[in-house]
Amino acid sequence: MKGWRGVIVPVVLLAPAEIVFRVRGGQSDSLAPPSRAIAALLSILWDGSLVVGSAQTLGTLLAGLALGSLAGLAAGIALGSSELLRRMTFLTIEMLRPIPSVALLPLSLLIFGFGYRMEIAVIAFATFWPSLILTQSAVLQIEPRLTEVARLLRLSRWQTAAKIILPAAAPRLTTALRLAAGLALVVAVTAEIVSNPQGLGHDLMIAQETLRPERMFAVLFWVGLIGWGNNAALLRLERWLFAHRGDVDTGIAT
Amino acid sequence: MILRRLPTSVLGVLGLLAVILLWHLVTAAGLVSKAFLPAPAATVDALVWGLGKGDLKGQLAATTLRMLNGWLLASIGAIALGSLIGISQTARAYLRPSLAFARSLPASAVIPIAISLVGLGPSMVLGVVVFGSVWPTLLATVQGFANVEPRLKDVAQVLRLSHLAYVGKIGLPNAVPDILAGMRLSLTVALILAVIGEMLSGQEGLGSAILLAARAFRAADLYAGLVLLGLVGLLSSYGLIWVERRLTRWRQAALR
Repeated sequence: MKGWRGVIVPVVLLAPAEIVFRVRGGQSDSLAPPSRAIAALLSILWDGSLVVGSAQTLGTLLAGLALGSLAGLAAGIALGSSELLRRMTFLTIEMLRPIPSVALLPLSLLIFGFGYRMEIAVIAFATFWPSLILTQSAVLQIEPRLTEVARLLRLSRWQTAAKIILPAAAPRLTTALRLAAGLALVVAVTAEIVSNPQGLGHDLMIAQETLRPERMFAVLFWVGLIGWGNNAALLRLERWLFAHRGDVDTGIAT
Repeated sequence: MILRRLPTSVLGVLGLLAVILLWHLVTAAGLVSKAFLPAPAATVDALVWGLGKGDLKGQLAATTLRMLNGWLLASIGAIALGSLIGISQTARAYLRPSLAFARSLPASAVIPIAISLVGLGPSMVLGVVVFGSVWPTLLATVQGFANVEPRLKDVAQVLRLSHLAYVGKIGLPNAVPDILAGMRLSLTVALILAVIGEMLSGQEGLGSAILLAARAFRAADLYAGLVLLGLVGLLSSYGLIWVERRLTRWRQAALR
């Protein structure tokens, strides 16, 4: 592993920032030296406010992701197994899918008010579409002989879904889940920045409004860390689960 | 069954009509409050009125322009920077982890920083759109350069191509499919960030229009805005797919 080479660039970029701040001195309302951002990160970790914010963000994320991807999974299996259904819904899906999920924030706020539910609803909407599309294509790519076996054994719809479709599509479905989880974090933080007063996104907004740049950069770094760690962990899980099948894509997102 | 024999386009329209009918029935029966879900007819009225006499036309143009400007700036920067990183294997090794980290950062999370640096103006929104939509294209360009057939690299060495000639003759053409896929993703991100930026800064556009409509409980206007945003997303992504097909035609011909 040559992992150390990746660390050099951030250090080289951040060191001059630190030096400039030290030399110029004084206060800024919009920027902070890296050392003070690190100190702020440690202090909000220590006093627990970062933990509370993360718990709120990740809690809503998980609930929304579970709702959206399970609904997408069910709909994707249904569409993947019925050509008629697929042909009847493709236009509707193509019309609904491109609506930016964040545009639904005002509507969700109108319906649910502030709190967990409005955020969960928007995350569920956002993650439903990729989950639906990827499940559908995963089902369509199942070896036709497997579905023939199911027909030969006269499996019921439920049995076919549970015993043939889900196991055969599992590697692609975990990839779908990883992509949806990344999207869910983006939507969660965005919802908190735009309207919902809780979680990490709101912490960011408060830090900006109270002119505490060091805190803002600390939370930003933390959010990046969560996103990166999330992706890396799910990728590792994918490789570990399906290493023997060798059909997992390498995860370099394109 | 007769349904099965119908062409897919007809079936698709039928499906969409069925959904709209269901929507109409739900609102007509009063199952959902009109404050949340206006009737389809009311939404169409709001759309027609807004595009004809109202502000919707200007807002549509503002958001679309913001999205396209930011996306174009980001794409040019991303392809240039991506080519620079892409030609050198060493540069890739040093920069990939940082890029992966920056990419996993939700782009909207930099909005607070952008606000404190630039203020709540149109340049803040544009800056955020550019920042957010740089990553997919940048990473795709680097990826495209990394996947150049090793034999082509040997050819370049034998021919003693300069770095610039390598980028223009081998690297970029080879990366075109990756770059276009990245640009498609970037365009979606650009639309999303344009909407968020407008919501937060109150700049003219569909984002702020939707927000104001929701605050005033004008549900029909809100849905009209949503329909337009969906159309912008749909048309821009189909437009790019069309461009993609034209630009990669030589490649398909070569593969055949």
